[in-house]
Amino acid sequence: MNYSKEELRTRKITFDIIKKVLLYSFLIIGVVITFVPFLYMFLLATRSRAEIFSSIFSLMPGQSFMDNYEVLISNVPIWRNLFNSIFISTTATILTVFFCSLGGYGFSKYNFKFKNKLFFSMLATMMIPGLLSIIPWFIMMNFFGWMDTFYPMIIPGIANPFGIFLMTQFMNSIPYDVIDAARIDGCGEFEIFLRIVLPMSKSGVGALSVLTFLGSWNLLMQPLLILQSSDMWTIPVALTKLADQAGIDHGAAMVAVIIAIAPIIIAYVIGSKSIMKGIMEGATKG
Amino acid sequence: MKSNNNSGISDKFRLNKKVAPYVFISPFFILFLIFGLFPILYSFFLSFNSWDGIGQMSFVGLDNYAYILTDGWFWDSVQTTVIIFVLTTIPQHVFALTLAFILNSSYVKFKDFFRTSYFLPYITSAVAIALIFDVLLGTRSGLLNAFLIWMQQLPPIEFLFQTFQFDLPARWLGEPRLIRFSIAGLVTWRFTGWNMLIYFAGLQTIPRSLYEAARVDGASIRQVFTKITLPLLKPVIFFGVTMSIIGNLQLFQEPFVLVGGAGGTGRAGMTTAMYLFRTGFHWRQFGEGSAMAYVLCIFIIILSLVNKKLFSGGGLNEL
Repeated sequence: MNYSKEELRTRKITFDIIKKVLLYSFLIIGVVITFVPFLYMFLLATRSRAEIFSSIFSLMPGQSFMDNYEVLISNVPIWRNLFNSIFISTTATILTVFFCSLGGYGFSKYNFKFKNKLFFSMLATMMIPGLLSIIPWFIMMNFFGWMDTFYPMIIPGIANPFGIFLMTQFMNSIPYDVIDAARIDGCGEFEIFLRIVLPMSKSGVGALSVLTFLGSWNLLMQPLLILQSSDMWTIPVALTKLADQAGIDHGAAMVAVIIAIAPIIIAYVIGSKSIMKGIMEGATKG
Repeated sequence: MKSNNNSGISDKFRLNKKVAPYVFISPFFILFLIFGLFPILYSFFLSFNSWDGIGQMSFVGLDNYAYILTDGWFWDSVQTTVIIFVLTTIPQHVFALTLAFILNSSYVKFKDFFRTSYFLPYITSAVAIALIFDVLLGTRSGLLNAFLIWMQQLPPIEFLFQTFQFDLPARWLGEPRLIRFSIAGLVTWRFTGWNMLIYFAGLQTIPRSLYEAARVDGASIRQVFTKITLPLLKPVIFFGVTMSIIGNLQLFQEPFVLVGGAGGTGRAGMTTAMYLFRTGFHWRQFGEGSAMAYVLCIFIIILSLVNKKLFSGGGLNEL
């Protein structure tokens, strides 16, 4: 009896180990698949055209990084494009966070007529496919004289339903007492928002900032339509034009890709916690 | 706190408590009227007209719709879109759910590391990634073919390739059949992490006590997964699949960069969104483009309704 009990125990332990090995291999294969394209990108950026097209695969980096870089900057004004992307994304983020927080505050901390109807109709607009309005949108931008300017990438999205929804969720946890106390002290409604509610919603502001910045940074169709001169291109537009060139220079393209995603990856490493939190809040409370 | 002596300007603009919320939420509604609702209505109007944006606009009734619905290229693009949608949505959600389930279990350590890693592809720009995949999927010198040729040395893999008549090196971006797999692969790579996070968030809301009760009753992992996790996650699955429908039926960036605006060999990579883009902005057929947008929108609504039928209900409330 004792022996078989012992045997059962060892069996259970071996079974546990096998299970763990299987689980971890699955997870690790996933990580490898995730990282390989990025490592490949760094590898290719250092290789010459001939090295990239040779059919022998090797893991050794080449020595042509600077040559690839020279080819890149002779083709597209990539640093100017990087500046444009940073400018558009930063401006869009600041304005979006301000107006979405304001809207979130309105929905979260006030009771007013038609509140629920307005809130749900706002949420419903999130389901409208963006393609439905792209052609008239383009005609309008033309009509406004906004072609080849940054406005179309910034203004239309600064008070978007996702952002307002997210901020409403975060602000729901702010107690009413704080706001009432401020009101008694003679604070105006807007002042309460700016001095009390906004500073108390830091984690929401963080999450929304990162998500807005990413969304703006990765936008393609709109800037592709609007930004015509190469000095106005954003990074994704520059990359697309690079890919369109006949006989694309892959090494140079990879240098451009590194310039395009390095800032994002750095921002991600710094802010990954608040991004995850933001998305998870948005998904579960929705 | 604040004294009452900040009169003047700030008093003039001081908001009444009754009016304030309307002022605060008004930016969304004003912007939506201008940049959302108006273009949608204008698009509807355009879909009954013929216009190149410069010349005279002429009313053509339902001609644009009739043209699209009998246009072979349009239906090709719909087929391409639906094939890519199926090829990416199913693996995305299956992998995402599996990863989330594993990461939510108590067996695994380094959860933060795995989650952060899987989510990385989502944050990187689609264009940049498509350029990397362009090289990675190259026929002669691409990494994927190099890996597959290496794998082929193993007899079982070689046998597998032979039975399916899969010849190496494969032309991932040249052969129409493979182009769609390539695009779907890229999209799956980018969005699995996002879905994983959504599912992970959903799993966190399921009370631990339920799992413990199941364990006491001697349920196996598979039973826990199919009897507890899946039914309770139904609302989250519904949300995730809805997002996949809206996103993948409008798929544009990835194929646009991977195979080019013309859609690649035999237009095998031309999604409906790309065809719309080409019709509207390359050929300047605003009317037909708008009609196409409405037809696509109807497809999205139909698929969403099917999805609702499949996944609505469930959740904690129904237990």
